[in-house]
Amino acid sequence: MLILKLLNMIIALAAAPFLLGIINRTKAKFAGRTGQPLLQLYYDIWKLLRKGAVYSKTTSWIFRTGPVIGLSVVLIGSMIIPFGGLPTIISFNGDLILFAYLLGLSRFFTVLMAMDTGSSFEGMGASREVTFSALSEPALLIGLAAVAKYTGYISLSQMFSSLNLSIWLNTGPVFVLVGFAILIVFLTENSRIPIDDPNTHLELTMIHEVMILDHSGPDLGMILYSSAVKMWLLGSILIGIIMPIHSGNLLLDVPVTILFMILLAVIVGIIESSMARLKLLHVPQLLVGATILSILALVLILR
Amino acid sequence: MENSNSISFYNCHAIDIKQIPVVNINKFRNTVIEDVASRKRIVSFFAVPSDSSSFYLYAILADDKSGKLSALSSEVYDKYPSLTPDCAQAHLFEREIAEQWAIVPEGHPWLKPVRFHKSYIDSRDAWNRNKNEQIKPSVMDFFQVEGEQIHEVAVGPVHAGIIEPGHFRFQCHGENVLNLEISLGFQHRGIERTLLKGLDKKTLYYMQTIAGDTTIGHTTAYCHLIESLSNNQVSPEAQSLRGIALELERLANHTGDLGALAGDIGYLPTSSFCGRIRGDFLNLTALLCGNRFGRGLVSPGGVNYDINAKTADLLAKKLIELKKDVEVAVKLLWNTSSVLARFEDTGIVSPEICRELGLVGVPARACGEEIDCRFNFPAGIFRYAQIPVSSWHKGDVFARAYVRWLEIQKSISFILDQIKAYPQVLITKDKKQPAPDKLCVSLIEGWRGEICHVGITDKNGSLSHYKITDPSFHNWLGLSMAMRNQQISDFPLCNKSFNLSYCGHDL
Repeated sequence: MLILKLLNMIIALAAAPFLLGIINRTKAKFAGRTGQPLLQLYYDIWKLLRKGAVYSKTTSWIFRTGPVIGLSVVLIGSMIIPFGGLPTIISFNGDLILFAYLLGLSRFFTVLMAMDTGSSFEGMGASREVTFSALSEPALLIGLAAVAKYTGYISLSQMFSSLNLSIWLNTGPVFVLVGFAILIVFLTENSRIPIDDPNTHLELTMIHEVMILDHSGPDLGMILYSSAVKMWLLGSILIGIIMPIHSGNLLLDVPVTILFMILLAVIVGIIESSMARLKLLHVPQLLVGATILSILALVLILR
Repeated sequence: MENSNSISFYNCHAIDIKQIPVVNINKFRNTVIEDVASRKRIVSFFAVPSDSSSFYLYAILADDKSGKLSALSSEVYDKYPSLTPDCAQAHLFEREIAEQWAIVPEGHPWLKPVRFHKSYIDSRDAWNRNKNEQIKPSVMDFFQVEGEQIHEVAVGPVHAGIIEPGHFRFQCHGENVLNLEISLGFQHRGIERTLLKGLDKKTLYYMQTIAGDTTIGHTTAYCHLIESLSNNQVSPEAQSLRGIALELERLANHTGDLGALAGDIGYLPTSSFCGRIRGDFLNLTALLCGNRFGRGLVSPGGVNYDINAKTADLLAKKLIELKKDVEVAVKLLWNTSSVLARFEDTGIVSPEICRELGLVGVPARACGEEIDCRFNFPAGIFRYAQIPVSSWHKGDVFARAYVRWLEIQKSISFILDQIKAYPQVLITKDKKQPAPDKLCVSLIEGWRGEICHVGITDKNGSLSHYKITDPSFHNWLGLSMAMRNQQISDFPLCNKSFNLSYCGHDL
């Protein structure tokens, strides 16, 4: 049992950077390019870990603590979020709230370390991040609340294991709503198009990327890795809710869920290839829209 | 509207320098202000040192409706009443004159250095700076907004992308930009000052690199000027080839710009396809002369390379292929609602602002202004083959992108027509000596907009004064105005939609 619990964590920690490789490969295909290697992020992180870090004289200990906290948060997260029916190390009533606020904690420190540099760019990025996450948090929590109400469990592991594909026959509309809401949260939290552009070099338009402009070496490596794991974890929640596969046979469930994760990455790649970024002013509208979808789902369940 | 205070003439027609009326400064001032108020534009405004300690101010105005230029001059010493308070178009020219010749335009509301170099006159300086003091670019007082909630954002001169250096200072209220001040000069190489020493073998190479992406534009303007001064007729075939090269330059840059605009908003398909197609257009220029930017193609008297029927056929064939590709790539933009939502109503420049600042080129045509030297002031091949003016009325990023697309289509059909009309071009290199005591203005529509070269010959027939005005010189302030009350996050997009030259401005 312990091995399975560890396996749940190891899959997340080991496979997370691969997801970005798939997104980038999909985007490359759409752009008619060969694209970078699928394992590029692994190479990048490895390269960064071997480098030295440069610290600005204006920064304090917060600047150095941020990446470590970010990494710890996703490590804990990987103990909470179940993947493909595997048991988790930590599981208790209300752990979904713990996860939501772990993300909040990591964001709090990212914002602090961005402001710690005193750079006007990073200040703007921090202000954008806080504004948008304040709007995306309700969408995630209310969406999860709707699922919790439907299943009657408030622990992620129990919640996910009580779901199965029959939800699509019984309460399809609810899960379409929740699915869309969490997909938007997924794109926002991972700073993907249409909310943010992870590949842009234009510091004035960035949201997440601008907050880590001053980080280098192992710190940057940790941040990149944490973001990848965060994407994997949020992806697991999305897939766990809308594509719950429970045959009881882990040898089947885990590979199928991995396939769905790859599919999710491909979908993200397609979204990024087929639309432009939103105007920053329009992002709140999208996020409020996601919250409304979640509320509607909750109302439909409560009805 | 004839004015006895100035002389009218045509683009690329040399006139006697003595024919240009020299009026007193008040008359000069009033004439320029009135002419600009009646819809003329300042295309060039510069000072020429006289034999004594005085200077002659020359103003060249363009009347887009009649296709005529007018010139007038005035003698000044170390100061004169500034035109800028009554005529905003003069603002940067006056700053330039102050910086180069230490002539102070009194009452100029924004008298700051342009390129941060020392005065051409050793003994004087418009700002009374110490002679030995090092002048550092962008070290000056910036316009500031005060208030608890105001924050200042400084970008550059080192940028995240591979672009030229320039410093941008934003005064922001949250995400909202109250004012953007642009300070350039980092690329100043002293081209104008070198040209004052007289033209030589190197001059053509300077012309090719005034703005590297406008090689054909500036070189052709220079050649037209020299040819007009020396009354040298260039064969229609050579003119046609110059026209083809100019339009190829436009195609490459406009396509690259549309791709870059798509890249800025994270729209991948157009971004990558246009990036590739831009390279293909550049390769067509390379087909003509071996250089992708057209260096060495155009020279006074004609062109340096001949084109045979085989090359012409190949050019036409490739161009037709590219036409299909660019159509597919660009039309994706207009068919994607998220792209339109991003482009529309972003960075609007009103027609009033456009006229007041005297914007030229794509940004002006995107405000509905029908300004295009190829049409209004035709020179070279454009005297015989006209390209209709492409304009759009909104003045936003979309309009600037859409005008580029309209021009891409027209340039392609122009080139195909020209290849049909002149399938063979032979090298012509007929050099003649310029006539003495002449002034000539050479306007040409580069891909960014109106390029203006002015040359004056002395009594021996050698060039004694040379003035270059790149379209970017007119348009940088337009970008500032487009950013007023915009989101700071939209700046890169607005900037790309203008895509102005740093080195063309800095010279």
